[in-house]
Amino acid sequence: MDILYFAWVRERIGLPRERVDSDAATVAELVDELRAREDRYAVAFEDLGALRVAIDQELSDFDAPIAGAREIAFFPPMTGG
Amino acid sequence: MRVLVQDAPFDLGAEVTEFSTGLDNAGAVVTFTGIVRDVASGDLQVMEIEHYPGMTEAALTKIAQEAMQRWSLADALVIHRHGRLGPGDQIMMVATAARHRKDAFEAAEFLMDYLKSRAPFWKKEITKDSADWVAAKDDDEAALDRW
Repeated sequence: MDILYFAWVRERIGLPRERVDSDAATVAELVDELRAREDRYAVAFEDLGALRVAIDQELSDFDAPIAGAREIAFFPPMTGG
Repeated sequence: MRVLVQDAPFDLGAEVTEFSTGLDNAGAVVTFTGIVRDVASGDLQVMEIEHYPGMTEAALTKIAQEAMQRWSLADALVIHRHGRLGPGDQIMMVATAARHRKDAFEAAEFLMDYLKSRAPFWKKEITKDSADWVAAKDDDEAALDRW
């Protein structure tokens, strides 16, 4: 699946998107896998309360299942308008 | 109903004129325009607006569709820019048309409240000495409760 990062999440991880093969069942499990990779991921995902997640471009939750998802995006709370 | 996400500036007057033309069943048009505000120190150079292409259009369309239904609007328009803007530049606008002004005002406020915290945009304020992401306000999230 494709993982996308926006705003300061993108800056902390250092890239806007990447392809990840994962058997994670939920967003939270995927986050745990990413955190274990490198410090920059651990730093970006330190406080999930400060993050939002979208699955296939729909806002979702960290306990949501991700089976079959094509695109998962992580970003801070939105500031439109 | 029209939703536009673009980096180019828009012509507020022309948009409102076009929007207000040919609305036989509407007695009220309300518009709101968002402007890039300077930082407290007064030295904002650039406001950079990042967005999530694809999801942005989908989220704005969903919000506008909900407004159309809830307030029986004759029409609705949302334009939101992204990219590098300067102080005083127009960031975005909404316009709503309804039979009566109450619906048009309420629907415009609903659109603003929702697109502030449910449309995937992020703002960064860049000055000579700093570059800071604008944090979402608790008030913005709380504003959704009244709808």
